Amino acid sequence: MLLEMLQSLPQVLIDGLALGAVYAVVALGYTMVYGILQLINFAHGEIFMTGAFIGTAFFILLMGMGWVSSVPQIVVLIVVLVVTACLTGLLGMGIERVAYRPLRNAPRLIPLITAIGISFILQDVIRFIAELSSGNYIVTGPSLFTNQLTINFSSISSIFNDASFKTSFLIVLVTAVILMISLDYFINRTKWGTAMRAVALDRETASLMSINVNKTISITFFIGSALGGATGVLFAVQYGTIDPFIGFILGMKAFIAAVLGGIGNIRGAMLGGILLGLLEMFASANLSLLTGGVFGAEYKDVFAFSILILVLIFKPEGLLGKPTAEKV
Amino acid sequence: MRLKKSVVLLLSSVLSIGMLAACSSKSKGNESASGSNVIKIATQTPLSGGSAIIGESIRLGAQMKLEEQAEKFKELGYTLQLESYDDQSDPKKGVSNANIIGADKSIYAVVGHYNSGVAIPSSEVYEKYNVAMVSPGTTAVTVTDRKLKTVNRIVGRDDAQGPAGAKYAIETLGAKKIFIIQDKTAYGSGIADAFKAAAEEAGAEIVGYEGITVGEKDFNGVINQVLTKKPDLIYFGGIYSEAGIIIKQARDKGIDVPIMGGDGMDASGLVDIAGDAVKNTYITSVAGDSTATESGRKFVADYKAKFNKDAEAFSVYGYDTMGVILHAIENAINDNNGKIPSKEKVAEAVRSVKEYEGALTNVTFDEIGDNTNAKIYLYKFSEASYPGVLEGEVGK
Amino acid sequence: MKESLAKFLQYKWSQVILFTVFVAVSSAALFFSQKSVTAFLLLLSSLLVLHYMKLKNVTKWIIALGLLFILIPLASSGGPAFQSYMDVATMVGIYVSMALGLNIVVGMAGLLDLGFVAFFAVGAYSYSIFATPQAANFMPFGTYPLGGESFWIFLIIGGVVAAIAGVLIGIPVLRVKGDYLAIVTLGFGEIIRILFNNADKPVNITGGAMGIASVTPPEIFGIPLIFPNQFYFVTLVILIFTIFTVLRLERSKLGRSWKAVRENEIAAQAMGIPLVKTKLLAFALGASFSGMMGVVFAAKQAFIDPTSFTLLESFTILVMVVLGGMGSVPGVILGAAVITILNLQVLTELATWVNQLSFSGIISIPEALSPAKMQKFIFGALLVAFALYRPKGLIPAKNKIFDEKRLKETQAHSDMNATDQKKMQS
Repeated sequence: MLLEMLQSLPQVLIDGLALGAVYAVVALGYTMVYGILQLINFAHGEIFMTGAFIGTAFFILLMGMGWVSSVPQIVVLIVVLVVTACLTGLLGMGIERVAYRPLRNAPRLIPLITAIGISFILQDVIRFIAELSSGNYIVTGPSLFTNQLTINFSSISSIFNDASFKTSFLIVLVTAVILMISLDYFINRTKWGTAMRAVALDRETASLMSINVNKTISITFFIGSALGGATGVLFAVQYGTIDPFIGFILGMKAFIAAVLGGIGNIRGAMLGGILLGLLEMFASANLSLLTGGVFGAEYKDVFAFSILILVLIFKPEGLLGKPTAEKV
Repeated sequence: MRLKKSVVLLLSSVLSIGMLAACSSKSKGNESASGSNVIKIATQTPLSGGSAIIGESIRLGAQMKLEEQAEKFKELGYTLQLESYDDQSDPKKGVSNANIIGADKSIYAVVGHYNSGVAIPSSEVYEKYNVAMVSPGTTAVTVTDRKLKTVNRIVGRDDAQGPAGAKYAIETLGAKKIFIIQDKTAYGSGIADAFKAAAEEAGAEIVGYEGITVGEKDFNGVINQVLTKKPDLIYFGGIYSEAGIIIKQARDKGIDVPIMGGDGMDASGLVDIAGDAVKNTYITSVAGDSTATESGRKFVADYKAKFNKDAEAFSVYGYDTMGVILHAIENAINDNNGKIPSKEKVAEAVRSVKEYEGALTNVTFDEIGDNTNAKIYLYKFSEASYPGVLEGEVGK
Repeated sequence: MKESLAKFLQYKWSQVILFTVFVAVSSAALFFSQKSVTAFLLLLSSLLVLHYMKLKNVTKWIIALGLLFILIPLASSGGPAFQSYMDVATMVGIYVSMALGLNIVVGMAGLLDLGFVAFFAVGAYSYSIFATPQAANFMPFGTYPLGGESFWIFLIIGGVVAAIAGVLIGIPVLRVKGDYLAIVTLGFGEIIRILFNNADKPVNITGGAMGIASVTPPEIFGIPLIFPNQFYFVTLVILIFTIFTVLRLERSKLGRSWKAVRENEIAAQAMGIPLVKTKLLAFALGASFSGMMGVVFAAKQAFIDPTSFTLLESFTILVMVVLGGMGSVPGVILGAAVITILNLQVLTELATWVNQLSFSGIISIPEALSPAKMQKFIFGALLVAFALYRPKGLIPAKNKIFDEKRLKETQAHSDMNATDQKKMQS
């Protein structure tokens, strides 16, 4: 049993990293918005999904043009990433403007309900756009970066099996890391980042320090959503097939990741995302082995939700967060 | 005063909703007013949701047959009408529609459903009203095993499809170690369990039996299990949207053993999603190749001409289902001296259909409503094009 | 002119006359037409009109009961669509009851629960497992299926089991607050559904994804209940019980504690309200109504499987509560009725109509825009619009206003009448 688990370990780690990187970047969006507004932006998962669709649409469009095939794929990817990120960033700003800003002083329950509403609307709008243009809402983009690479783990020790992955895995990982590092830099080293942290800490005092609170919040939404959209593109590249309902459950998982790492904490979200991806992949590969076939991979989501519940009960501030006392 | 305003507002909104609904009911009201010489056949298939393409193709096939037969029934003195309902693959919707269908005095039979999960509760309602149901596509054993007198289907059962697949996998493909994945839906579990039982009986070893979650895109965890178990065949119980991704991700990981599945994978979407990876994939299907027979080819051409769409695998089943129903109604009318028979009589007539020759199928219902002549077809995909190549067929 | 009309409408007897005419016309229309959804909706909406009339509460209740028990079944029995009306009305009853349950949790106690359908599932499964041979798989004693008479006991059992589930989920969940609570309950809802979906091995308890078919129909005095009109009366009785209970609860000490907790937890605690107990009671009571209706649902459908208890279902119930007005009992009843009818009747009719139009080639609406598929969009739009522009819902919740002086002067009995009158004037 242990042997079998070890055999598949390298491959599980690689697949878990790919999934974890996606969770991590999406989790950043949750954590940023939560940090600044104390609001769970339920629609964030849908922004991720919209990004995946916009990206796939661009890929299909660009690949349809003959001359693009002579351009290196990586350049196409970067262009698509940037354009999609800008579009979804604007979408996120728009959502904040329409659905959250008017409710900033309403009871906490109300913005949560608009968030659910917005996420339903986005799902359905994307569905009928996809269905109108291609007849089916399950969309498959062109396959990119499909070169197979193999790492010979078996040469390290004969316990391990070899692990293989596509180039797209590297792209996802590298892009995600770049996104996370630049975000970390932005938050901690730039003027706008400082403003964001100030608003998160105390909105009123920040406004007294001549920080434009509304603008700062808008920017937070722009960045969070742009990251979500960009991750959507990465997801489309990695998995190829998307549908309008991928955002909801993935969004939930990313939120779990954010809570796991400590909500409001940027580095925590990254850690939580990677950790959750690895755990989930490990669970779906090994649960039936561990339990002798009683519980199979179908309990993977139960596993993820149980993590959330356990963390919230025993360490509500998360792995990297600081405990806070409740203000009256 | 403020209250008054809101009352007016509310009332007017209720009214406008009602008006909208009335538009539809009015058009129906006129039709049904034209007397007892109207015979209505309902279709109830998913026209929205994941199976919408299939549901729509069944409906169009049924519509085609109905329009072809309209002349003939006019000579008998009856007007045929089609009423299509959308069950949205949702059992609640199905039951609610079934109550509308059952209560309508001029609806004599239903073409539907596609999903077993909807067919089972809805047929309990049809049974109460004696409305004959003939399903073009439900394969779960429970549908007919409840021995309802109104429930029939023209396609094969899961416990025929599973063994047919297992037989081919073991005898022709020489599989000894089989890994089974299923999607944890009623359909997927049913067919995977039937396959498992048959494969074990035939002496193959089941090295793994795993469930996945519908709607996900990353199945690498389960595929890693496949990697460690090194089976020589993977069987997937589920539908094309997950199957396509599993095939693709398995091939990406270098698993090149044959992958086999049931009729849920019989859709052009499978090839769209999996692309070239679809090579070396086998599916058993209750749906035959429409172009295999002369009448089938004619149907495909007519369908294309009429609706300007390519016929899907299940279009011809919608067509033949309607054929069976109309054939039975015609018999019932003739037995009843040209007068319209009761719903019970129609249901009996449907059950007693023998050797009805449709465009593709030959239908004889047994005592629980299964088609004794239903066949299981086996297709192989050796290139990225749909449909696959017919490899063989198995009678019951 | 307008003023005199308004004055005329203020007058009690003119209201009564108009109402009678309205009811008479709509029920006659329903009785004599073959199939008119409009007439059916109008007749149902007469209950809403009744709510706004200037009558004593007791009179209103008597009229409402008369409408529900006699007039509506009688009037709709004229046409061929009788059973389908009754089916829709039964579903409305089931959902109203569930929404009232959720209203306790979300509206009164202010705990956002996004996994509420889990309790419905618990109720539905508890009856279906024992009313089919399913129970024989794991129960060492007794013969299964149980007879149809057991349905009545299971109504209580279903409620109790759901309440226990509510408490069990509540205990760990209540350590978290606000937004977290929403996510955690959502997680629990999913966990329960996944468990039901997978509990067919190692021991087959729930039938797994295949669900449980041929659930024994309930029996009363040896008559099996199978038709929707029979279930209509069963549902109605339970529903009226639910409404009375909820109304009583709202005005009880417990109801006031819930509202206090909703407004400010810390202040409530300082006033001596036991937080944990209050919250757990909200969960348990809300869940129990849902569980009872689950039993009815299972018996009515005669088949259940996990696909009836998805996340979307939880959100649908939430939409009902938000639409009607959080915390407002009449509002939630209205919200649940509107959404259920919209879902089961109006959208279906519209979709059929659009289909017929495109069949006959009058207009061609792409399949993607079919109204039946727009459910999520409509829900989303309703949620956003109501949260932004009418956060208190269609019929906002009202708190009883107490006049200190009068409280001292008069007895509780006459006080009741006074506030009732005040309510109507406002």
